[in-house]
Amino acid sequence: MVTATELLAVAAFLEGAHAQAFPSFGSERMGAPVVAFCRIDDKEIRLREPIMEPDALIVQDPTLFHAIDVFQGLRPNGYLLVNTNKSFEDLHIGAQVARLPAGHARAVNATELALKHVGRPVPNAALLGAFAALTEVVKLNSVAEAIRQQFPGKIGDANVAAATAAYEAVAAAPAAV
Amino acid sequence: MLKQVEGSHAMAETIALCRPEVICAYPITPQTHIVEGLGELVREGHLQNCEFINVESEFAALSVAIGASAAGARAYTATASQGLLFMAEAVYNASGLGLPIVMTLGNRAIGAPINIWNDHSDAMSMCDAGWMQLFAETNQEALDLHIQAFRLAEELSMPVMVCVDGFILTHAVERVDIPSQEDVDAFLPPYEPVQVLDPTDPISIGAMVGPDAFTEVRFLQHYKQTLALRLLPEFAAEFKARFGRDSGGLLRTYRAEDAEMLVVAMGSINGTIKDTIDEMRADGVRIGLVTLVAFRPFPTAELRKLLAGCKNVVVIEKSFAVGMGGQLASNVDLALRNTPNAPHVHSVIAGLGGRPVTRASLQRVFLRAEAQPWEGAHFLDLNEDIIAKELHHVRKVRRSGPIAENILRRLSESQAAPQ
Repeated sequence: MVTATELLAVAAFLEGAHAQAFPSFGSERMGAPVVAFCRIDDKEIRLREPIMEPDALIVQDPTLFHAIDVFQGLRPNGYLLVNTNKSFEDLHIGAQVARLPAGHARAVNATELALKHVGRPVPNAALLGAFAALTEVVKLNSVAEAIRQQFPGKIGDANVAAATAAYEAVAAAPAAV
Repeated sequence: MLKQVEGSHAMAETIALCRPEVICAYPITPQTHIVEGLGELVREGHLQNCEFINVESEFAALSVAIGASAAGARAYTATASQGLLFMAEAVYNASGLGLPIVMTLGNRAIGAPINIWNDHSDAMSMCDAGWMQLFAETNQEALDLHIQAFRLAEELSMPVMVCVDGFILTHAVERVDIPSQEDVDAFLPPYEPVQVLDPTDPISIGAMVGPDAFTEVRFLQHYKQTLALRLLPEFAAEFKARFGRDSGGLLRTYRAEDAEMLVVAMGSINGTIKDTIDEMRADGVRIGLVTLVAFRPFPTAELRKLLAGCKNVVVIEKSFAVGMGGQLASNVDLALRNTPNAPHVHSVIAGLGGRPVTRASLQRVFLRAEAQPWEGAHFLDLNEDIIAKELHHVRKVRRSGPIAENILRRLSESQAAPQ
């Protein structure tokens, strides 16, 4: 998730925006819940407080819906992207999703796309591709360029393929909700 | 060159542009990424003529830097928190010997209780150890201050700490302009030591000094820091002429011209304060900001000039001296000593151990300073309910247990309770 916000910040930077990505500064370890933040603006970002009212929420691990109130602070017109192969009803978040504007919540099976294209369960790239399609805050090209900068060579290409597949999946099919 | 990178990574690149000849490194969160980055630059040959020395402790890191500096090398190290405490004796030696070492401090709280997050306790623990201390507001300024720090250190033959908020800056990925090697070379000439251990021309450094001369040696240490009060603005002006940016200097102001209330702060918190001030200005509150870059030397006269005309001064700091209060607030008080009609100084302690400092809390405390001033230090966002419960418990039970664990338990109980 930390990598995802960094890549998103680089993608925004490549488009000329100001961006600030930062982790939640815990004792990070594999498997523990992790939050990372990204701000994007067209002017210098001076603010250093954590993001308490996000415009968009990317949930990499849907089991977190049981553990913490993931939706806390999400703005009424915000966006939600969940890495899952289940429906929002099956995840028991149908009520929260219904409060968002139509088309603002999407599920994408980013882990499956990562397994298919990268060969490992690393959903970040696919989630960012889907995020680009959902919010249009950044372009897919910028996401791809950010991925290639961070991961040159074959790994980068594979992740770009995952991002592109996720982008197309979200862009092609209109949201069910 | 504009880049979107992690602060630590950008600092490593920039420190390499300063051409250090010896880098001593011992890892401690949150400065580790800086020395890791430098290690890579040395290993891959991007940083030439530099010896990267892994040492067994922070005490060794600074001791090796002291030896290298005394032998005429441009020496650099970095640390944080307990690491700085562990090198404490060497910290005093570096300044007492007048060796121009530059050290990055990835500012972090000091335990116990153990806490890896950001505050300024580490810097404050060594603020009177004879090093100059410069605080960065942004990652851009962190880069720029390192370049100026080497110049300042070597000009005066005195060590400099560059204080960078741990995690908030070191781990943030944001836009920075990394200078060119040509510009850094033009600003920072090669190191020309004033004292050097040279086998062909032997001297002693670090002899025993008795009562007949100790005061004079100490006075000259202090005198050099007073020279830095003049040099820092000069270097900042020269830096701006070459790099086109305002970075460094002693202090700077934001919307201070007609302010009735001035906030004084150091480090990355200034960004959040500026946004808060913009919101309050929009509501008609005449509030401004003084950002201190130099804490040592302390710009007493400059600060007095800026603060003397206003009604209220709110000092916000991420550290405090237990049993006394805010160190920065005390220093600001000192700057206003004997000033007729001095403003009321309000002391706020915020962001300890990584607690986020929000615009909402800042705005509340700024308004309160005017409406309901307090005595002593005000602890921003203090959980008074939990404090009251713990104090009650301590009064009732002799074996009341460890405070930190008691507070953690009370906190989880209060969060689990139905709303």
